Amino acid sequence: MQVTSSVRPPLVTNGKTKKDVTDDICKQVEGKPSTAWKIAFTMALIMLTYGGYCLWTTWYEGIGMWGLNKTIGWSWDITNFVWWVGIGHAGTLISAILLLFRQKWRTSINRAAEAMTIFAVLCAATFIIAHMGRPWVGHWVLPLPNAYGSLWQNFNSALMWDVFAISTYFTVSLVFWYVGLIPDFATIRERATGIRRKIYGALSMNWDGSAKTWSRYEAVSLVLAGVSTPLVLSVHTIVSMDFATSIIPGWHATIFPPYFVAGAIFSGFAMVLTLMLVIRVVFGLEDYITINHIESMNKVIVCTGSIVGIAYITEFFIAWYSGVPYEKYTFINRALGPYWWAYATMMTCNVISPQLFWFKKVRTSILWTFVLSIVVNIGMWFERFVIICTSLHRDFLPSSWAYFSPTLYDVGDYLFTFGFFFTCFLLFAKYFPVINMAEVKAIVDSSSEKKK
Amino acid sequence: MEKGKNLVFGVYDEEAVLLHAVDKIRGKGVKIHEVYTPYPVHGLDDALGYHYSNLPIAGFLFGVTGTITALTMMIYTLGFDWPMDIGGKPHIPLPAFIPITFELTVLFCALGMTGTFFVASNLNPWTQPKLLDPRSVDDKFVLALDLATNKQTSAQLSSILSETGASEVKIKSDN
Repeated sequence: MQVTSSVRPPLVTNGKTKKDVTDDICKQVEGKPSTAWKIAFTMALIMLTYGGYCLWTTWYEGIGMWGLNKTIGWSWDITNFVWWVGIGHAGTLISAILLLFRQKWRTSINRAAEAMTIFAVLCAATFIIAHMGRPWVGHWVLPLPNAYGSLWQNFNSALMWDVFAISTYFTVSLVFWYVGLIPDFATIRERATGIRRKIYGALSMNWDGSAKTWSRYEAVSLVLAGVSTPLVLSVHTIVSMDFATSIIPGWHATIFPPYFVAGAIFSGFAMVLTLMLVIRVVFGLEDYITINHIESMNKVIVCTGSIVGIAYITEFFIAWYSGVPYEKYTFINRALGPYWWAYATMMTCNVISPQLFWFKKVRTSILWTFVLSIVVNIGMWFERFVIICTSLHRDFLPSSWAYFSPTLYDVGDYLFTFGFFFTCFLLFAKYFPVINMAEVKAIVDSSSEKKK
Repeated sequence: MEKGKNLVFGVYDEEAVLLHAVDKIRGKGVKIHEVYTPYPVHGLDDALGYHYSNLPIAGFLFGVTGTITALTMMIYTLGFDWPMDIGGKPHIPLPAFIPITFELTVLFCALGMTGTFFVASNLNPWTQPKLLDPRSVDDKFVLALDLATNKQTSAQLSSILSETGASEVKIKSDN
């Protein structure tokens, strides 16, 4: 028996019953793809094809196709990698950390957010593999016996930690997501016939919904949430260590782990909002993803956005306070040097724009939320670009100073990941239940408005 | 749902009615075969007298296996098999091994525990359950009583089910 305070607004509106939940969510899985879906899917495929060509060329010709030079050896590739990994943080955060905090509003958004996580991590991996230059020897990052001795990896390196962190994060997120999907696949299976019944039957893994299985399911979910929580925090911590363990002024900062984690949650929530605002309208899920959900997520954004803002200011203060001339120069150059425009974009998008969410009017406005969620992700891309590029472009020797200009292949490889992400996400949205039906049914009685 | 069982089952509409029914039926000394629900009903496993799952223990043991695997791998490869001079630092720098040790602990725990769950609950893609009532994965709750484990007749069991608020009572016999 669940007791929910009467003061709280209902999580699911319009007096939906358990049966309505099944019908509303299964409707889009069972129906024919809509025209809007087909147009979006075609656009995603076009992006994927053009991007695929660029990525293939990058693999074939080498990373000389990018705009890198001898001073700037990391640029868009690593920027995009960190950006996508950051976006990939929201899904597991919503499903794991909010589960531990018993935040019931997560039930309407966790499924899509987790799917987004999985696809975003795959996009991030694309850049790691492309940046290897020779992707066909990608397995050399794994500790496999080899013909060189065996010569092993350097496990002291943050880049090696990253290999383990990202692959563990991907695997655990996938498992968590799939375990949650099984009961919903069983619901779809019982409504389907023919080949669809076979496919959803196989996906639903012999699920019969017995109390014993549910009891085990809950134990597994709780422990998975428990281990995923530090995992989420560890992943971006380790990504930040790729930079923080170096000796480049601008990278060499102990503030990086918490600062990166906050930034990741910030951009991840923004991306979830962008996608959910579209999904709720296209699939008619306004009663499940309500203004209250949007407002809660905006509160997380204003909180993490403020942490990110404080981190920027702290970095500046410490650069001056440390008395290290290189450090000081890097930060002054960041704000006023040739990349001032990137810095200004970052500051505006990440520090100023989320502060608008202090106003309830803005926080509960769908249009404002949609615009700001995109602005935040533009800002977060620039944050990574600013950190990576401005710290590198003025080398210790002035004769090595350089400026980075992206080539068509930088842009194309980035487009590839967008194409890939939206292709996967649209397929997911069409063929998988976008809302966790079982979990929503569990709260519908206690949290829905009084049934008429 | 096992073959060759003769089951009497009731379909319940409300979670609260189901929980009361479970208490009442068990109070009468009738053994419940199983309850099938569309979502995890809070308190149902307590009402049915199920003990808390041992899966977290399995998860812990898998996690420890991951910890040991990670440390053994790194200490063996960098400390003994091919020690490398990396900036003159120790060959077995434990602090630097923490991240990978943590990641493998989590990986082994998550995969091992989920795998154990699949095996324990017989979850696999190649068998298909035959549900007593397909609505039990939609919006109804199904409570099944096994004739073989109860001394009452099917008529008696049926009346117990309808007394406790079942909206429908059905009998499934395989032989």
